[in-house]
Amino acid sequence: MKGIPVSKLTLKTEGDTHLIVTRKFAAPPKAVYRAHTEPALIQKWLLGPDGWTMPVCINEARPGGKIRYEWSNGEGRGFYVTGEYVELEPFSRLVHIERMFLPDPTPDNHVVTTFTPDGAGTLMTMRMTLPDSATRAMMLASGMEHGMEASYVRLETFIKSSAVA
Amino acid sequence: MSNLDASFAALADPTRRAILARLALGEATVNELVEPFDMTQPAISRHLKVLEGAGLIMRRVEGTKRPCRLAPTAMTEIDQWLGMLRQALAANYDRLDDVLAAMKTEE
Repeated sequence: MKGIPVSKLTLKTEGDTHLIVTRKFAAPPKAVYRAHTEPALIQKWLLGPDGWTMPVCINEARPGGKIRYEWSNGEGRGFYVTGEYVELEPFSRLVHIERMFLPDPTPDNHVVTTFTPDGAGTLMTMRMTLPDSATRAMMLASGMEHGMEASYVRLETFIKSSAVA
Repeated sequence: MSNLDASFAALADPTRRAILARLALGEATVNELVEPFDMTQPAISRHLKVLEGAGLIMRRVEGTKRPCRLAPTAMTEIDQWLGMLRQALAANYDRLDDVLAAMKTEE
């Protein structure tokens, strides 16, 4: 489709079990790759709605290396993800498996993330493969929950600013 | 209430989300859900009733049992949630833009 994209992010389903996310960044693949594998960097952005933090971030960027992300909203709510790296090609490709604990573990999500040069920037493509369509649906549902929460936060901000005005 | 509204309301409860996650793995009877959730059978049954009312699960009769599974229509509705997930991801990646800009100035 022609025209100026509304956003740099695309998200689409493919077949019954895949979910594809693409995003362009104004930084070279090396920087984007580092921001996906270095805990100190990951903790700055992989947070979901405003107010959430990631107090625990383990990311052992080597084949077989462990991944563990724990999120908290500072008010007693939280959840975590664990995973393992399968393959890494520094600065261009990451393959890992992850599952969310809500608190019971979700079925494994197999994720291939590629970082391709795009002019002076990077095109990131994340291809997730879930075991079946029901699992994919559940993952979308948990994402929805986060999206909704972010909306509520914005609504609260709007309400507060209106009250002040 | 539209099906989507009913779906959202049904999903507002963490136990019901967990039940759906369990059913995503395959069909289960009430008794099979009671144990992992450490809840009474009436409590689980109440949650199942809400999920069934929202069209998210289906139940069939098998002798005295009524096994539950995810409804196919729930899958279609859930596809509409893509937009919501997109919003959550977009917030993360906007933050990543800032992180990348900061990395550039450090170099």
